[in-house]
Amino acid sequence: MLEVRNLHARIGEKEILKGINLTIKDGETHAIMGPNGSGKSTLSAVLVGNPVYEVTEGEVIFNGKDLLAMKPEDRAHEGLFLSFQYPIEIPGVPMSQFLKAAVNEKRKYQGLPELKANEFLKLMREKQKIVQLDNKLANRSVNEGFSGGEKKRNEIFQMAMLEPTLSILDETDSGLDVDAMRIVAEGVNMLKTPETSCIVITHYDRLLDMIRPDVVHVLYQGRIVKTAGPELAQEIQEKGYDWIKNGLASAAASIDEGSR
Amino acid sequence: MMDKQQANNVTEQRGNGAEAQYIDLFQQCRQMICDHSSPVMNAVRDEAFERFKALGFPSKKVERYKYTDVQQLMAPDYGLNLNRLTIPVNPYDAFKCDVPNLSTLLYFVVNDEFYAHESTHSPRLPEGVVIDSLKNVTSSDSPLSTVLSAYYNRLAQSDADALTALNTMLAQDGLLVYVPKNVVVDKAVQVINILRSDVDLMVNRRMLIIAEENAEIRLLFCDHAADDRNFLTTQVIEVFAGNNAKVDLYCLEETHAKNVRLSNVYVQQERDSRVRHNIITLHNGVTRNKLDLTLAGEGAECVCNGCVIADKQQHVDNNTLITHAAAHCTSNELYKYVLDGKATGAFAGRVYVAHGAQKTSSQMTNQNLTATKEARMYTQPMLEIYADDVKCAHGSTVGQLSDAALFYMRQRGIPEHEARTLLQVAFIREVIDQIELIPLRDRLHHLVDKRFRGELNKCEGCKLCR
Repeated sequence: MLEVRNLHARIGEKEILKGINLTIKDGETHAIMGPNGSGKSTLSAVLVGNPVYEVTEGEVIFNGKDLLAMKPEDRAHEGLFLSFQYPIEIPGVPMSQFLKAAVNEKRKYQGLPELKANEFLKLMREKQKIVQLDNKLANRSVNEGFSGGEKKRNEIFQMAMLEPTLSILDETDSGLDVDAMRIVAEGVNMLKTPETSCIVITHYDRLLDMIRPDVVHVLYQGRIVKTAGPELAQEIQEKGYDWIKNGLASAAASIDEGSR
Repeated sequence: MMDKQQANNVTEQRGNGAEAQYIDLFQQCRQMICDHSSPVMNAVRDEAFERFKALGFPSKKVERYKYTDVQQLMAPDYGLNLNRLTIPVNPYDAFKCDVPNLSTLLYFVVNDEFYAHESTHSPRLPEGVVIDSLKNVTSSDSPLSTVLSAYYNRLAQSDADALTALNTMLAQDGLLVYVPKNVVVDKAVQVINILRSDVDLMVNRRMLIIAEENAEIRLLFCDHAADDRNFLTTQVIEVFAGNNAKVDLYCLEETHAKNVRLSNVYVQQERDSRVRHNIITLHNGVTRNKLDLTLAGEGAECVCNGCVIADKQQHVDNNTLITHAAAHCTSNELYKYVLDGKATGAFAGRVYVAHGAQKTSSQMTNQNLTATKEARMYTQPMLEIYADDVKCAHGSTVGQLSDAALFYMRQRGIPEHEARTLLQVAFIREVIDQIELIPLRDRLHHLVDKRFRGELNKCEGCKLCR
């Protein structure tokens, strides 16, 4: 599915990703955890092609194709989806028009005919149920006046409409109460198939209780410093990140000593 | 007061002599002009001529003309159709123009000449309502002619504006809309102004709109240029809204790059009247729209909106003055521009709250998008308040499309170009959504969308129907 090799990226002069290596197989769910400022959101932004970031080194292969060479819209057409940490409000663009354009552009890319108006409406109604999104919200401008929880549910609704093969959930749990989080997690689980993969970026393990990861990574200072099974999330929740940071520091110290 | 000062300034700053050809023209052709017009229109001609001579065309140093170079625009030698050669066209056959689902009463003005329906097809207007050639009505002996002479040029002559003076001295015909007391015209009235000529042409068009007490009318003016010629139009529209009258005035311009439009609109509102003025520029060459609106009676309310979409070398200048002369009046103004290519836009809006106009509520907003580095927008919102118990706000912004919104859309698979179009359409939508004529609103959404996609490149007769 996804192969990230030695990925370096910066914003302005500041290097944020300092050599990421990550392999995700078909059907796997990976969690990426880490303290604030470790580069989690940057990684997701770089993968979807946000022009704010500049890739300085490394490569990303997505389903056999060079992801970094593609425009953001083509990455989406190839099946990559990002649930934004802060979904953008777009006043004046109705949700339905926005999604119709997105769905039909993807179909065009795949060589499929555009959906007719009634087919599209039927699809919308069907997918709204997954995240219990009110029909009224779908008639409003994109995210405009939505509450925090509604915005996040709207992201999962869009994911349902676009049926991506790899979804990145960037802190989709932040700012959600337990009920909203359950709705979001159930939505994500409902959309999961043996062919689709998922990257869940989070601070907390609460979401990971509901969306079970196969692999957990810890990102720290622009590198993946620890990779283990789902039990790692539990461990971090109990002990915090300090033991990993300290472990790294002492390892670095011992290397220093060894080299003397 | 300020206008008088301006007038003095103008005299000092006499420009490049572009006036001379119009002064000569009037002196030589005065008789011909009068012979083909009406006594009411002729009665004010000489005074306008004297005023024009005194004023001269404004230079760019004159405050209200600083964004549009009238002297330069007036310099070329245009032809005029002073002896009223009839253009062999029946617009009712040639232009099948209609806004779908909008059942309108349709009229045509070709250049400055009103085309009457053949009597059998003439739409049924409520009793007493007159929509006709200004010249014809004011030529007759009817009592209406006397009424009109009291209105014609009343608002225009109080403004020291050289273009209005020029129009008054040269205009021979135009349109009259008269709605008597207590009469409501249910259907919207659509007037298609068509510019038609085989040579470069100057048109001086005049319109007089009178809605008496409790009268209601909705008017839609669509301006088109049917020939690929250089056109210059001066237009003066005077609107009188009596006590509790309601007048909606939608002006849509879809002309071409060789068109110069200089339009001056004067509105006077009496007690509790409501006027909506909505001006939409989709395609043009050089356009300057001036709106002088006076809220003269207590409780009067106006909504003055505008939207502009311009690219290439297009120039659109909207200049408004709203005078709150009475207490308890409300004005709302919203102008939005999207400028692409090397287009220039200007918005200068002034709200003047006179001494004693207490409880005034006024809101003026001008928001603009510039899509390229070459596009230029000049914006100048002004408030002048001489009353102490008012609520007034004004503001303007010039900016670019939101990068965050663009990227969000691209991540969902919407190509950059399409995303830009959707965002631009969304930006303009706020103005269009305020149009109360729903079929026109729907049609405009469609036209604006096409305009941004570049599918509406030039006017082909009336694009509104195709």
